[in-house]
Amino acid sequence: MWNVKQLEYGALARRANQIKDELRQGVRKPYKEVIDVFQGDLHRAGMKPLTFVRQVLTACVYPPLINSSNLPLDVRQRAQEELGRCVGESGYYNQTSQIKLYCQFCNVQDIHSTEMRFAHCNILNVLVNREASPRTGVLIPVPCHNKTVLSITQLGAVAVPYYLSEEQGWALQVEELQRALESAKGVCNPVALYVINPGNPAGYVQSQKSVLEVIRFAWEKRLFLLVDELYQDCVYGENCEFVSYKRAVSEMGPPFSGTVELASFHSVSKGFSGECGLRAGYVELVNLDPAVMKYINTLFSKDACSPVLGQIALDLMTDPPKPGDPSYLLYKQVGPENCTLVYVKKVHEVVNSLPGFSCPPIEGGLFAFPRLHLTPKAIQKAKELGLQPDTFYCTRLLEEGGVFTGPGWEYGQKEGTYHIRYNTSRALFKELLRRLSSFHMTFMKDFS
Amino acid sequence: MSENGIMSRAKVLTIDTMNPTVKKVEYAVRGPIVQRAVELERELSEGMKKPFAEVIKANIGDAHAMGQQPITFFRQVLALCSYPELLSDSTFPEDAKSRACRILQSCGGNSMGSYSASQGIDSVRQDVARYIERRDGGVACDPDNIYLTTGASDGIVTMLKLLVCGEGTTRTGVMIPIPQYPLYSAALAELGAVQINYFLNEEKCWSLDITELQRAVNEARQYCNPRALCIINPGNPTGQVQSRQCIEDVIRFAAKERLFLMADEVYQDNVYAEGCQFHSFKKVLFEMGPEYAETVELASFHSTSKCYMGECGFRGGYMEIINMDDEVKDQLTKLLSVRLCPPVPGQALMDLVVNPPQPGEPSYGSFIKERTATLSALAEKAKLTEQVLNTVQGISCNPVQGAMYSFPRITIPEKAVKEATEKGQQPDMFYCMKMLEETGICLVPGSGFGQKDGTYHFRMTILPPTDKLKILLNKVKEFHQRFTQQYS
Repeated sequence: MWNVKQLEYGALARRANQIKDELRQGVRKPYKEVIDVFQGDLHRAGMKPLTFVRQVLTACVYPPLINSSNLPLDVRQRAQEELGRCVGESGYYNQTSQIKLYCQFCNVQDIHSTEMRFAHCNILNVLVNREASPRTGVLIPVPCHNKTVLSITQLGAVAVPYYLSEEQGWALQVEELQRALESAKGVCNPVALYVINPGNPAGYVQSQKSVLEVIRFAWEKRLFLLVDELYQDCVYGENCEFVSYKRAVSEMGPPFSGTVELASFHSVSKGFSGECGLRAGYVELVNLDPAVMKYINTLFSKDACSPVLGQIALDLMTDPPKPGDPSYLLYKQVGPENCTLVYVKKVHEVVNSLPGFSCPPIEGGLFAFPRLHLTPKAIQKAKELGLQPDTFYCTRLLEEGGVFTGPGWEYGQKEGTYHIRYNTSRALFKELLRRLSSFHMTFMKDFS
Repeated sequence: MSENGIMSRAKVLTIDTMNPTVKKVEYAVRGPIVQRAVELERELSEGMKKPFAEVIKANIGDAHAMGQQPITFFRQVLALCSYPELLSDSTFPEDAKSRACRILQSCGGNSMGSYSASQGIDSVRQDVARYIERRDGGVACDPDNIYLTTGASDGIVTMLKLLVCGEGTTRTGVMIPIPQYPLYSAALAELGAVQINYFLNEEKCWSLDITELQRAVNEARQYCNPRALCIINPGNPTGQVQSRQCIEDVIRFAAKERLFLMADEVYQDNVYAEGCQFHSFKKVLFEMGPEYAETVELASFHSTSKCYMGECGFRGGYMEIINMDDEVKDQLTKLLSVRLCPPVPGQALMDLVVNPPQPGEPSYGSFIKERTATLSALAEKAKLTEQVLNTVQGISCNPVQGAMYSFPRITIPEKAVKEATEKGQQPDMFYCMKMLEETGICLVPGSGFGQKDGTYHFRMTILPPTDKLKILLNKVKEFHQRFTQQYS
């Protein structure tokens, strides 16, 4: 299903850029600018960078600022600390790919700070045996971030889909994992299970029960767990709580705590910081064979290092200002506000009230992934144009409404269902809802 | 071994189940000797007594770590980009502010924290194209052929991914120089490509002989499908700067043998020796006329990590792709999109490198001063290194024409070779480990880069400040004399 129309990838993005250019040149359109809610790019969507983070970064980049009274004391002290760790100031390759992290249960030896995609690639690279027959398989959720699928198939592995249950709020059901595993028989050799929690594009947050079930399943079926936890700071659903796989494994006690092999990923790109452009994150490796770790370390060492500014931002993310610090109040005010429940609920309500749209509650993450109930007429029109039905919808939404969203097929979905994905950033949601509602009503009328 | 009476279970990911090609990946620059160096540092900091006061990491081409100062102007612009509130700070010069504004305007949400397009920020690519045109005396450069990358390594590995295919005797072979920068051998091992070695000529100052290229490719055709030829100019670890004639010959050779040319030019500003000059492959290619200019496929790489900038930590870089098939370009774009985009601060920095202060601008004077000081210090240190090492009996060092390293040949007594072999170590690794334990100086053994059988070398950076370098070189000299005596 992910083999579909490679060329369609990026077509919408190219058109969005074209329209932005046209607008700059003064071409008349029903809107003054394009609302870009396609990617999970918070700054692009209008979120402001965190002052504390940027102040520390700037002082690290230009150390004379450490003596500037225009910067708060805690900023200057932090910058000094960070620079102390970078031997030659921040232009330096970081000696080790290990950074200081403040979280429970952390063993610093097993953490590599890295650019996210390099992390995924390196770990996958170790797991995927290109020469094996049958080929290596990796279980992936449907829907899923499309880059993940590409990174797996590009290594010569087979992506084995398991469907999240839309009717149950995108729940991950063990029976479905079992079915997926059986479907792989004779096709490939599944070695890993990829989980995204909180979800992307679907905005679910796994319950503790679900996390434990998945861990047990992975343990029983001897699957390496790859857990993408990038959105762990974005949890809104009532009675929802982020449960880290690392912590869950540890709290399960033996035999799981000492044997479940796990790689969990986090990043500065999402959450309060939203610093996607800095390209930094970390992967934590649990219970890996020490002999294999040796090779993993070599793989990471040849990648030079992750960008140092990103590493500093990562450190600030995991060790933010504390009560009493000069920067604390501002940080507290602005930080968590970036991921607030109130407007996400509004987004969900409004979209659900539109005929032809249905959407489970958005519990976490940065996106909404509502289902589009397209009429046969609309589907027919899409076919005539040689487009996937949801691409057709997104294309019209872009051209007529000036909103750039992602069509569901790019992320995977059950046959015969259609979705769109857009990020639920606070800065743009009002305008987004206004344009989406207006466009949608017209569209549904045109194709009724 | 059991836990609560349960048989201990085998891991899912073991040496046997893991990807076999990963096991072949080695990267000497940060390999076992560096790990030992880090241990020694820790021991020193814990108060353990050693025959030296500090560990000197002369293994890696990291200028700032060795005390080289960043370019003030670059850091000012990047500071302004990181925290735009400083735009109202009068201590920052106007030209820095205007560069920062321009960069921020091309970033989503006016923030460096936004993803950029996969190929890199448009305006930066255009600036890179103009820089290349100026550098190459007006030879046209299309911004569409420019891809911003995460350091040069990202571009190199991506290109290799595109090039490698086939199986058995049709498996892609890639020609790399020996000695080489071990990113190449590591990437080829990881991709399961065939490494085709061509030896640089140590007796002729590490020059590249076409006859040697021919020998290598002829032999290789028997067991693989040679498709690419990698050149590092100026060289790493050897520092040689190729003559224009040599570059023309290589281009002709690549055209004849139908090889994709990969030109690693990250040290293009690091040229010291008299009579040596950097000639870009792109420029020479175009000056050879349409027969070559319109057909030879070339990728050239540059980075913000070396030259006079030394900003390795920012991970800035670009590659220029010439004469690539359009459909392949689409695949390249797709491949690059998996990693989303290169780090934006690195892209911003690259923009400054290709668009530095101009005469008349407030920062011009200090920029030129800093750049000249850094480059001339490197030239001085290159000469000093060659001189001192050549006074040591048993060490012979070719002139360091460019780049950032010396790669002297060392004579290792038979007795030492024997002891090394018994220990299961390469003789030059044995030598370097001993040097590390006795002097605290961390170098990389020549075996990590490749060398002719029976010869031994080490790679040492010329980066430490001059007075420290003098001390370093003398320690190396003393160690070598002791070592030779000990094993005679």
